[in-house]
Parts: sequence; C-alpha cells; structure tokens
Amino acid sequence: MVGIVIVSHSRKIAEGVKDLAMQVASASGRIVAAGGMADGEIGTDAVMISEAIRSADGGDGVVVLADLGSGIMSAETAMELLEDDKIDVRLADAPVVEGAVAAAVEAACGSPIENVIRAAEEARSARKLD
Amino acid sequence: MSSRVYGCLSLIGERITENSDFLTDLDRQIGDADHGANMARGFAAVVGKVPGDDPDIGAALKKTGMTLLSTVGGASGPLYGTAYMEAAKVLAGSETLSAQGFVDALTAAVAGIQKRGKSVRGEKTMLDALIPALEASTAAVAGGGSLSDALDSACAAAEEGVAYTRTIAATKGRASYLGERSIGHQDPGATSAAITLEAIRDYIRG
Ligand SMILES: Nc1ncnc2c1ncn2[C@@H]1O[C@H](COP(=O)(O)OP(=O)(O)OP(=O)(O)O)[C@@H](O)[C@H]1O
Ligand SMILES: [Mg+2]
Repeated sequence: MVGIVIVSHSRKIAEGVKDLAMQVASASGRIVAAGGMADGEIGTDAVMISEAIRSADGGDGVVVLADLGSGIMSAETAMELLEDDKIDVRLADAPVVEGAVAAAVEAACGSPIENVIRAAEEARSARKLD
Repeated sequence: MSSRVYGCLSLIGERITENSDFLTDLDRQIGDADHGANMARGFAAVVGKVPGDDPDIGAALKKTGMTLLSTVGGASGPLYGTAYMEAAKVLAGSETLSAQGFVDALTAAVAGIQKRGKSVRGEKTMLDALIPALEASTAAVAGGGSLSDALDSACAAAEEGVAYTRTIAATKGRASYLGERSIGHQDPGATSAAITLEAIRDYIRG
C-alpha cells in the first residue's frame, strides 16, 4: 500500500486529518501525521517529516500532503534529506483535508502511487456546492 | 578552547537573540509575529548541538543547518537551514576561512535559498539583503580585498537591501497576502540576514 504523510503547522490538524483519512479508508498503519514542532509548538520540522516519510513507506512509495508556506518548503527539504533512501516520495498539489481523504481511499484499494497522487490532486477541483 | 567557527556561530546566536523582539515586531507588521522567536529558538538549539571544539567549518555549518531545519518552525527554518547546509558543502574540511571561501560559501547559500524558496531578488525577502551582499563581496574579493573587506562590503550592501525592502511589495511568503499594503515595512528575514552578516564581520574583526 502507498503511504501517506500529512504535514501541517499544527500537530492537532495533522493528527485530525490522519484520523479522518484512516476512518474512511479503514487503512492500516501507512498514514503518518507530521504536524507542528517536536515540542508541540506551531511550525514545521523537515527532519520530523523525513522520519514520517520513512515510516510511511512500505515499498510502494509515499504521497505527502502539506499545508501552506513553510509546510511545502519543509516537505521539499525532507524529500531531499531522503535522497539516498530510494523511496518513491511525491508531494501532492492538493488541499490537505480533501486530498488526504481521497488519497487514503485510493491507497487502501491497493492502487499504485500515480493513482493515489492523482486522486489527491483531483480533490483540488472537486466542488462542494452544486 | 572552543573553535573559531563555534565562536562565530555563538555570536550570530547572541545577536539574533538580542534582536528577537525587534524581528518579531517587524514580522507582526507584515506576517505572523514569530520571526524573532523562531530564529532565537533555532540558534539556542544550534549553540547546544554544534560541538564547541571541532574546528571543521563545514561540519559545524552542516550541523547548524540540520538543527535550524528542525527547530525554527517557520519558512526561515528550511530557508536558512538549506543555506547553511549548502555553505557547509563548500567549506567541508576547511579549518580557516579565506576571502574567496567566504564568497564561494555565500554563493552556495544564496543559490540554496533561491531553490528552496523558488524566489528571486525584488520579492521583499531575505534575498534582497543577501544577493546585494554577495555581489558586493564578490566585487571586493575580485579587486584583491581581504576577508574583512569582503564582509565590510557585504554588510553595507545588506543594509541598503534591508532599506530597499521598505519600498517594495511582498510577492513571496506570508507578507505577500498583504500585497501593496506591505510597502513601508521592512522585511524581517532581510533584517535577520543583515544581522547575521554583521555578526560574522564583527567576529572576524575580533
Ligand atoms: N519563498 C521565500 N524565499 C525567500 N525568503 C522567504 C520566502 N518566504 C519567506 N521568506 C523569508 O522568511 C521570512 C519570514 O520567516 P518566518 O520565520 O517568520 O516564517 P513564516 O513566514 O512565519 O513561516 P510560515 O510559512 O511557517 O508561516 C520573511 O521575512 C522572508 O524574508
Ligand atoms: Mg513569521
């Protein structure tokens, strides 16, 4: 199964999005939250994110969803820190909540990483009101 | 005896900490009021984690970069973290800093920030202090200047760059949400970049 890492400035947001995604996808341990700083403060931590990516990878790759500003920069830094690990890790251009839920559903079906990232990115244009 | 590079990093940390409230106030005007606190937290961790007695400048800068990545929290974390790590690659194994070594390290640091931030000069960021500083110190060294001359030129150009950030609108980072309303305010990251260069200059002057 493709792993999913949720990056947010807030630990609570990342944990909450993970819970939401686990519920709809009844997924196993491949969804990992990497929110806030090690001490619980608001912020992003590239080293923590790189460790989350490593633990989310089961060999089928990892899709990362990140919130604004330094969320993206720290996620990209984390991916560079892992260059020697040979993990197929990709950053989704997607909203965190909707993207994570869509990606989790797809990943739980056993789809390859291309499909999982596409599902996350399609969530960007999904309308909520008719 | 602690190493020269450790002494220099400690002085950068002191200056950042002394200016923490000032930097946070600048960030309150056009951002989210955390730049000084972010940087002070990062450098408090740096002085605790970088070994005080290892004279290898590259090793110390690499540790500095990794520590900033995981302790600063804001955009300045991955930006300065990448800058120090790129400079570390240039100075790996060096125990002394030459004028050319400084210019080469600053070149790598600036390129790292541009790649990480997908940013260029004129967007009201730390690059508006650092790119002029790089150009001025490159010219000083090309003209036969010493390390101290390179740093004097870098600091003067960075100071001008900081003033210039007051005149332009932000198009990168949180301040870009304010657009034209960010004009008139000085960029916090450009300010911390100028403070960093001044600390290096003062340390090298002794
Ligand atoms: N894309 C960028 N390129 C270069 N410098 C940037 C960029 N984005 C922000 N900065 C610099 O970072 C400074 C802000 O740093 P700070 O630590 O306050 O991060 P922040 O904006 O609060 O981060 P976050 O995105 O996590 O909210 C700005 O003043 C600016 O100089
Ligand atoms: Mg800020």
